[in-house]
Amino acid sequence: MRMMIILPFIGIIERETTMNVQKKISLKDRYRILTRGLDWETSYQPMGKVFPDVGFEGIKIRNWDDFNDPFRLTMDAYWRFQAEKERKLYAVLDSFSQNNGQTAITDGRYVNTLKLFLTGISPDEYMAHRGFAHVGRQIPNAGLRISAQMQALDELRHAQTQIHTIGQYNKHFSGLHSFRRMHDRVWYLSVPKSFFDDAVTAGPFEYMVAIGFSFEYVLTNLLFVPFMSGAAYNGDMATVTFGFSAQSDEARHMTLGLEAIKFILEQHEDNVPIVQHWIDKWFWRGYRVLTLVAMMMDFMLPRRIMSWKDAWDIYFNDAGGALFGDLARYGITLPKYVDVPAKEVNRLSTEAWSIFYQYTHAAAFHTWLPTDQEMDWLSASYGPDWDRLYRPRFLHWRQMEKEGHRYYNNALPQLCQVCQIPMAFTEPDDPTRVAFRDTVYRGERYHFCSDGCKNIFDHEPEKYVQAWLPVHQIFQGNCGGASLDQVLDWYGIEKGVDNMDYAGSPDERTWKEWEAMRGRVAG
Amino acid sequence: MSNVSITLHNNDEARGLIAAIQKDNPNSVSHVYPGMVKIDCPDRIVIFRESVELEIGRSWTVNEIHLSLISLAGNVDEDDDYFAIHWNH
Repeated sequence: MRMMIILPFIGIIERETTMNVQKKISLKDRYRILTRGLDWETSYQPMGKVFPDVGFEGIKIRNWDDFNDPFRLTMDAYWRFQAEKERKLYAVLDSFSQNNGQTAITDGRYVNTLKLFLTGISPDEYMAHRGFAHVGRQIPNAGLRISAQMQALDELRHAQTQIHTIGQYNKHFSGLHSFRRMHDRVWYLSVPKSFFDDAVTAGPFEYMVAIGFSFEYVLTNLLFVPFMSGAAYNGDMATVTFGFSAQSDEARHMTLGLEAIKFILEQHEDNVPIVQHWIDKWFWRGYRVLTLVAMMMDFMLPRRIMSWKDAWDIYFNDAGGALFGDLARYGITLPKYVDVPAKEVNRLSTEAWSIFYQYTHAAAFHTWLPTDQEMDWLSASYGPDWDRLYRPRFLHWRQMEKEGHRYYNNALPQLCQVCQIPMAFTEPDDPTRVAFRDTVYRGERYHFCSDGCKNIFDHEPEKYVQAWLPVHQIFQGNCGGASLDQVLDWYGIEKGVDNMDYAGSPDERTWKEWEAMRGRVAG
Repeated sequence: MSNVSITLHNNDEARGLIAAIQKDNPNSVSHVYPGMVKIDCPDRIVIFRESVELEIGRSWTVNEIHLSLISLAGNVDEDDDYFAIHWNH
C-alpha cells in the first residue's frame, strides 16, 4: 500500500510500504477477543464431568455469554498495572525499613492492631486466593474465569505484601512470629478462619455471592478503609501503603461481585430465592467477623479516625442502601436481620473489647483499659447510654487493677456454633441481657449468639455441627493439654511476652526506650 | 436519589484525576480523609479521558484509573474515552 509520511521541515513524502496499518483496537474489542470463543464443548468427557461443581447448588444459567467485566481488563493491562502497584509499594516498604519507620508510629499500643490483622486477616487473604482459584476452575465462561483468575492472583499478592510489610514490625515487637500457626489454633482467630473455611467449602456460585458480593461489595470497605485510614492517622506509612495498594484491587473485586450477582439473577427467576438466602447468610457472617474491626477502631487505635458507628453509617447505611435499591428490581431485599447491627452499633466494640480484656492471658496481643480521655471519646461517639452502661465497668476494673486484683476470667466461655464468638453479645433490644439462642438437632443442643447465627445453622445443620470450636477442642484434650500453659504452648503464644496487658510488656519497654532516646536527642 | 461514590488516593498521581472529576461533576462533594479522597455524587459520576489529559498534560488511558482507585460504589461502565459509575434505580 502507499503511505503518506509527514516529515517536519521537509514536507510530505509518499512511499510504498508493506506495513499493515491498523487502527488501535478499542477496549471493548480487545476484551471481546480475549473472552469470546476461547471455550469449547468437550467431547472426550461430558461437560458435567469437566465442570463438576457448577450444577449442585441449583443455580440455572441460560447463556454464559451474558457475563461481561465492565472494567474490560485484559491480561497485558492487568500485569502492567499490578507490576506498577508492586513497584510503588516495595519502594515505600524499603524506605520504611531503611528509615526505621516503626519508631514514628503514635504509640507502641498501635502495633496490636497489626497483630490482629496479620493473624486474623492475612491468612484469609490466602484462603480468598484459593476460593477464587476454585471458582476460576469451575465456571464454564471465559470472562468470569479470567476475572476470577485475576482476583485469585490479587488475593495471593495481598497475603504476601501484608506478610512482608508487617515483617518489619516483627523485628521489634512480639506476637507476630507465628501468625500462620496461630490462625489455625488460637480461639478468637477461629472467628475469621471459620468464616473463610465456610466460604471455600461452598459451591462456586455461593462463594461468589459470599466473598465476591457480600464481603467485597457490602463489607470490605469497613475492613480496609478504617484500618488503613487508621494506620495513616497513626503514622504507619507501610501499612497504609499495602492497604491502599490492596484496596485498589478491591474496587475491581467489588465490581466483579456485583456483576456476577446481577448475571446470576438475570439468568433465571428460580435463582432469586437461593441468592437471597446467601445474601442473608453472608451478610450476617461477615458482620460478625467485623466485630474485630469495630473493636480495633474504637479501642486499639491510639488516634482514632472515626468510630465504628461512623464507619457503619458511611459504608453500610449510605453505600449499602443505594446498592440494595439497585438490586430491588430483581426482587432482592436488604439482608435479613439488617436492623440488628444498627441496634448493636453503640455497644458492639465495647462488648468485644471486654471479652479480650478478661481473656488477655490467652490472647496473642496486648490489652489495656481505656483512659479517661478515651472514655470521653467513646461517650461522645456513643451517647449517654455508653456512660450509664459501660463506663462503670471500666472504672470498676481500673479500681481492681489499682488494688492489685486485675480481673481475669478463668472459665472458658461458651461459643456460638456458627460465628464462634464467645456468647457475650446482648439482646438487640436490651443491652443488659445476654442473648442466647439454641436448636436441638439429632438429640444434641447447639447454642447461638443471635437469631442471625441460629438461622444459618437451621438452614444447613449438617455443615455446622462439624464446626471446630476452640473451647470444645480444649475440653476434649486436642489443644496441647488441660492447663493454660500447655494450651498457650500449643498456640505458639510466648507467655509473659505475647499475651497479657500492654503495661509491663516487652513491647512497652521497647517503645519507652525509643521515646527516651528521642527525649535525649531533643534535650 | 442515591449517591454513587469513588475513593481515590490523595497523592500526586491522582491529583489531576480528582480535579477532572470535580470539574466534570459539579454536584459532587469531596471528603478528604487521611491518605484518600472520597467523592460522592447523586446518581452518576463520569470521568472523561480528555478532561484528565487536560489536567495532567499528557495522554492518559482510562485503564490507568486502577493505579489511583481505592474503592467505589455503583455500577461501572468503562470505555476508551470515559469511566462512569451509576445506579440503575
